[in-house]
Amino acid sequence: MDDIKLTKLSECAGCGAKVGAGVLAQLLSDIPVQRDPALIVGFDKSDDAAVYKLSDDLAMVMTCDFFPPIADDPYTFGAIAATNALSDIYAMGGEPRVALNIMAVPEGMPSEVVHEILRGGYEKVAEAGASIAGGHSIYDEEPKYGLSVTGLVDPRRLLTNAGARPGDVLVYTKRLGSGCVVTAAKGGLASAEQVAAAEASMMTLNRYARDVMVRHDVHAATDVTGFGMLGHTLEMAQGADAAIELDAAAFELLDGARETARLGILPAGMYRNRHFAEAEVDAEGVPLDMVDVLFCPETSGGLLISVAPDDAEALTADLRADGRVPCAVAVGRVLAHEGGKRIRVRGA
Amino acid sequence: MQIDARGMTCPKPVVLTLEALPKLGAEEFLEVLVNDEVAVGNLTRLAEEKNCELLVVEKGGYTSMTLVPRTASAPAAPAAPEPEAIEVQVVPATGDAVVAVGSDVMGRGSEELGKILVKGLIYALAHQETVPKTMLFFNSGARLTCEGSESLDDIRELEGRGTQILTCGTCLDFYGIRDRLGVGGVTNLYAIAEIIASEPVVTSI
Repeated sequence: MDDIKLTKLSECAGCGAKVGAGVLAQLLSDIPVQRDPALIVGFDKSDDAAVYKLSDDLAMVMTCDFFPPIADDPYTFGAIAATNALSDIYAMGGEPRVALNIMAVPEGMPSEVVHEILRGGYEKVAEAGASIAGGHSIYDEEPKYGLSVTGLVDPRRLLTNAGARPGDVLVYTKRLGSGCVVTAAKGGLASAEQVAAAEASMMTLNRYARDVMVRHDVHAATDVTGFGMLGHTLEMAQGADAAIELDAAAFELLDGARETARLGILPAGMYRNRHFAEAEVDAEGVPLDMVDVLFCPETSGGLLISVAPDDAEALTADLRADGRVPCAVAVGRVLAHEGGKRIRVRGA
Repeated sequence: MQIDARGMTCPKPVVLTLEALPKLGAEEFLEVLVNDEVAVGNLTRLAEEKNCELLVVEKGGYTSMTLVPRTASAPAAPAAPEPEAIEVQVVPATGDAVVAVGSDVMGRGSEELGKILVKGLIYALAHQETVPKTMLFFNSGARLTCEGSESLDDIRELEGRGTQILTCGTCLDFYGIRDRLGVGGVTNLYAIAEIIASEPVVTSI
């Protein structure tokens, strides 16, 4: 079982397999949207998960996420895929309750490999305090795994990616660069330590950051995945009709991320994200490798939290004090949009 | 050295290029054929990081990227306004192209580098699926078709593959090298003018 290199079976890496944002919007543009007033976050918004209001103080949060192998070890792949799928619930301020497996495996795949993928998923769902209630599996040449997750949230405390207010401080809770390191690993160009650090980050639930975040004066949140830091930041700015200034130098990076970018080991998703967002991004004076890292798809990235300025310091202090949140750094701020590009990246 | 990375997905083209670069001898270069924008973007970054001059030639349906390591003796060209990759748009893969070579150095800047580049380009031209219909050599470009030219073998290969090689006689006389012409025929400005005026695609180097 040790010889199986799962990532060799996948074309794209993790969230890099995501269909580009522009493509998606176009695909959905002429499909009529059902209007149900209880569906308070749905198809027509580019948010992390759908939200269905059951009563004044209770709503369901639903999401679904799966991708081809991002790690060679099946347990690690299962755990990362599950962590990533659960993340959308946390990004909305919710708590996951029930999950369903989504799985595709090649017919010849040894059963112990399949078992390990599932074990990774079950353990993460258990750590999230939720249960796996079933799922669906099919045969497919390229393995895929993920979850459909349902969680609960108080609709009055729901956090969308559209609530940011000018003046807010943006806090990010993981080290950036998982997409770069994963791509390098696929080419055998990342060290074992670099891969281990990236995998540990991708397997860290955003639960802990979420649990701290909901105790603070937070206006918006999103998890950073396939559209990369700049793509998700742009969504947040557009959703709030605001502008955002990011401080490139503030980000904590995974070891190897910028080196990888400089060598040109960048996945197709980085170029897709660039095409989608670069018209709204001013990154003049920032080194290309850093901008590439900011455009690169993240897999199971952290939470990007828009917090009231007078609570920003307390939030970062609490996130750091928790001990299970990988990092907590103020990476930018929300500004009024006065024309021009919505995203400005400073320094490096 | 050539790598055909067409149809390969990231990170394969970069991995193969990284493996090949250290194996290049002095004054050797590496041509990588790719056919998606991801590989083009990635190899552009790699060339910069590995201190290579980069020649990008758009072909019909794919891109040829030639990496020429900058050696200590051939430093980068002095700061041009845009220090980006030199782009050479050459041949639509029709076999109708006429390439006019008016100098034995390519581009402005370091003469030493310019010679490496022109040699690299002619080598690359000789190894295309479709070679030019005609190549015209004039002014100091005439040195390239004469004995002592490092490109002589490549130009002979082009001729062997059907490219008409013509060198300006006035230019050969001016440099006093007519007796050293090693490949192709001699022509005059009238004939060159006729070719340039009648052909749809003429590229000057």
